[in-house]
Amino acid sequence: MNYVIIGNSAAGIGTVEGIRKVDSKGRITLISDEPYHTYSRPLISYYLGGKVKAEKMYYREQDFYEKMNVDVKLGVKVTTVDPAEKKVMLTSGEQVKYDKLMLATGGKPIVPEMTGSDLKGVFTFLKWDDVKAIENYVGKKDKVVIIGAGLIGLKAAEAMVGFKAEVKVVELANRVLSAILDEEAALIVQSKLEEQGISFYLNNTVEIIEGKDGKVTGVKLQSGEKLDCDSVIIAIGVIPNKGLAVEAGLEVNRGIIVDEHLQTSDFSIYAAGDVSEGYDTIYKQRRVLPILPNAYKQGFAAGQNMAGEEVKYPGGFAMNAIGFFGLSMITAGIIKPVGEEFVQIKDNEPERNSLRKIVLRDNKVVGYIALNDIDRMGIITGLMENEVDVESFKDDLLRKDFGYVYMPKDYRLEKLLGVKKQ
Amino acid sequence: MKRVYAKEEVCAGCKLCEVYCATAHSEYPNSIIKAFLKQETKPVARILVEGNQSLTFALQCRHCEDANCTKACITGAMHKDPETGIVINDESRCVGCWTCILACPYGAIKRNENGRKVASKCDLCSDSGEIPICVQKCPNEALVFMEVSEGGK
Amino acid sequence: MAISMQMPDFLIERDQNRCIKCKVCVSQCANGVHVWDEDENKVIANEEKCVDCHRCVVYCPTHALNIKKAPLEFKENAYWNADAIRGITKQAEGGGVLLTSMGNNKPLPVYWDRMLLNASQVTNPSIDPLREPMEIKTFLGRKPDSVKIKDGKLVEKLPPQLEINMPIMFAAMSFGAISLNATKSLAKAAEACGTMWNTGEGGLHSDCYQYGKNTIVQVASGRFGVHAKYLEAGSAIEIKIGQGAKPGIGGHLPGEKVGQEISETRMVPIGSDAISPAPHHDIYSIEDLRQLIYALKEATRYEKPISVKISAVHNVAAIASGVVRAGADILVIDGIRGGTGAAPLRTRDSVGIPTELALAAVDSRLREEGIRNHASLVVAGGIRNSADVIKAIALGADACYIGSAALIALGCHMCQTCHTGKCNWGICTQDPKLVKRLNPEIGAKRLTNLINAWSHEIKEILGGMGINALESLRGNRLMIRGVGLSDRECKILGILPAGE
Repeated sequence: MNYVIIGNSAAGIGTVEGIRKVDSKGRITLISDEPYHTYSRPLISYYLGGKVKAEKMYYREQDFYEKMNVDVKLGVKVTTVDPAEKKVMLTSGEQVKYDKLMLATGGKPIVPEMTGSDLKGVFTFLKWDDVKAIENYVGKKDKVVIIGAGLIGLKAAEAMVGFKAEVKVVELANRVLSAILDEEAALIVQSKLEEQGISFYLNNTVEIIEGKDGKVTGVKLQSGEKLDCDSVIIAIGVIPNKGLAVEAGLEVNRGIIVDEHLQTSDFSIYAAGDVSEGYDTIYKQRRVLPILPNAYKQGFAAGQNMAGEEVKYPGGFAMNAIGFFGLSMITAGIIKPVGEEFVQIKDNEPERNSLRKIVLRDNKVVGYIALNDIDRMGIITGLMENEVDVESFKDDLLRKDFGYVYMPKDYRLEKLLGVKKQ
Repeated sequence: MKRVYAKEEVCAGCKLCEVYCATAHSEYPNSIIKAFLKQETKPVARILVEGNQSLTFALQCRHCEDANCTKACITGAMHKDPETGIVINDESRCVGCWTCILACPYGAIKRNENGRKVASKCDLCSDSGEIPICVQKCPNEALVFMEVSEGGK
Repeated sequence: MAISMQMPDFLIERDQNRCIKCKVCVSQCANGVHVWDEDENKVIANEEKCVDCHRCVVYCPTHALNIKKAPLEFKENAYWNADAIRGITKQAEGGGVLLTSMGNNKPLPVYWDRMLLNASQVTNPSIDPLREPMEIKTFLGRKPDSVKIKDGKLVEKLPPQLEINMPIMFAAMSFGAISLNATKSLAKAAEACGTMWNTGEGGLHSDCYQYGKNTIVQVASGRFGVHAKYLEAGSAIEIKIGQGAKPGIGGHLPGEKVGQEISETRMVPIGSDAISPAPHHDIYSIEDLRQLIYALKEATRYEKPISVKISAVHNVAAIASGVVRAGADILVIDGIRGGTGAAPLRTRDSVGIPTELALAAVDSRLREEGIRNHASLVVAGGIRNSADVIKAIALGADACYIGSAALIALGCHMCQTCHTGKCNWGICTQDPKLVKRLNPEIGAKRLTNLINAWSHEIKEILGGMGINALESLRGNRLMIRGVGLSDRECKILGILPAGE
């Protein structure tokens, strides 16, 4: 059996581990257009901020490929996928045949068309090479403008503060982290970041990047304001890197469409991770879920399926754990519900920067935000995943000491002791 | 594999398991007094006693077959030892992002901010080579270390 | 409100160099003594609530705690001592009957400690129990007047007997006075050791029916939990006439302790007080007792021994004789040191007579009347160790019941506040939070250990006397000598003073 995996991040590695769980003999070839041993993308901001050294950037041990018996081709780009001949073509001209193919090509940064985006000093924030470039270019006391106050943008901002740079963040929405926080929570986070010297320009965006002698000198905002700066980091978001799939004629929407076995419209081709569009169990529709845990789980399930063990992956939902300057937050699912069918319960202590809110639909948890008091929130994630009816203990959900002790006895015994209900 | 199971019907809610666990994982694993009074930071227990009136029991990492935390970990620090089955966090690679806390359905992972921020959790006292200390020291034998077959006790 | 003059009985010492502020003492004290003070960042103690049960001391992981008698002293007064003064102060403030629990703790003479045992020297050599078989098995029940053996077999059909591996059984302690987990511990241990436990007047909980073979079911004045299946469940039935700790009065289990389990077991409504009247309202004469004894025998087809338990009071010998003639197969005498879950203080301390004297008097009387074989004699009320057991047997007992000793084995520290229902060891309480502290598996093991240890000690002392069967010691008063006893006491006990 010939397995070929394109992509070297969470989804790709998940696929390797999934295959090997079932098939220890089949040939696995892993192709990555980056020259690095598999590394953790989320760690690039830690690297830039000096919290993690280069040798700690890796997602798996140095002997991973050897132990897993994977033939790895680093720094090699795939140009086309030929589903008819079941082979992929590399830039070198080499052809690699496959029985089963995994497209784990991840996402690519959204770079809007704008004047000056090709100037020196404009960066994206996705790969290790991106931050290495930033590291080499940005100096102390530099002025940096970051476009986008989402997860990536704020992580970049936090790293730049570490560089002692003057940071300004421009965001289209009315609040920071609009994908994962509501207004109330976002304000708390914004205050915390402002304390560190970061300024925000909300309900705004960058129209033009200005430069001199081919280098960035400033930006002009939609509002008309001009900001001087030495570099710009574009951190608006990512879109699925689905070029290969499109060319190969696979069914795509925003991402590559996959079913519960992570198969694409071609039986021999699977997709997983940020490039794929699987099922969101909370929104109950297909969505791209660019979240690391989802990428890994999809990859792992895909790998099992590719190796012949039928495994259904019902889908995931949005979930994030992130923190800035010591303020941690965990969020999941629907955090800004619209509609009569939702109920929100809250427990806020703004003086402690603490906010906790749970969103319910039909007596089931479909989302939550936890700011500062994040301990044990995974229990709530579990209730979402298992679609547990929480009616009998709804009032206890936001207790500081919420846990299995408040859940019905048979559910508790089943989960903790493995005792199945008779 | 053997895991620690709690018998809620005989748990006295004393939390001695937390004291002994924290001590065993501190700088002074053999001295409770030193661990709590001499060590500069408060030792972190990896077991937690949940309580609501007369219902109490201790809860720690279940070392799940299909551990959510290992899949969520952004650095690969959280992993399942292929031989022992124990889910272990390689603290030297952990960056304290807390994604495992987001993922663990048992709420069994603690934020340990004593030194570097790392995620701490039960390791079945695998370093000591003995029966987990919480099981040894529970004064009412409310914790047992045993293997449970699928679907039953 | 006027000031209370009651000062704390105990003083708690907390070594701050050892206290790690784990708050285990806070969670473990049901009396609310230890409290976490957030402002001072330490645990403080409300000493006036301490009953000296030692729960916190035992559980403190760094042994940082100690409890002492409060050092507050009254002016020396051999007559108006602290106890006497405090009793009055309490009643002046509360106006109620002073209640207490467990057994008489007054300095009455302890006759066990004034009786010494014999040992072999030259002429009758000792036996080593580790090398020679020692028989301490005991049969309780009516014995035939004579024994005829033909072809190596007994000619007479023996009346029903209880066979126990050692002359020690667990005394009657009701489910209600003690917790369900405590009764389960006793039941399991009785089964493991091959002896009996007694349900007391609380009935038999459904979870304990499986231990029926080792159970003596009690029929007391409240008739709690008495139904057909109950009578069939046990190996013997005991009619409780009285209890050593509180002769002449009945029992009272407050309604708040009558929850679901007790309600079902005792067959009383949830929340209602369970009151045992002093007399059985169908026993007003010895003939009535005989009627009940035989009614029970009929109901169980004469297959089970019927036991009758009486308190040790002034005419105990005469009463005993009457009870045996009424048809009891086993007679239980419960002396003044017997324990209780709750009793008025003055009754417990002043009513009744010492176990040792009662035993000797009853055994002598029954022998004099030639009816000693009609019933086995079991003695209860303050049996503390194996030496007490041996002395009791030498005085004439067939077996001993242990109550307080069994509870101490389970974890009781004799704080004597069972009547508050806040037993920190989970023994004498119905509070589910406290009951779970007594793990029946551990309890049963501790009780089994105790019984095994005492059995071994009994064999050692028997061996030392040159005896290899307990039967040879039964009623063998020549094996005891008295010290520090008056002539009269020696006569009543039927023993010679040491030296003679």
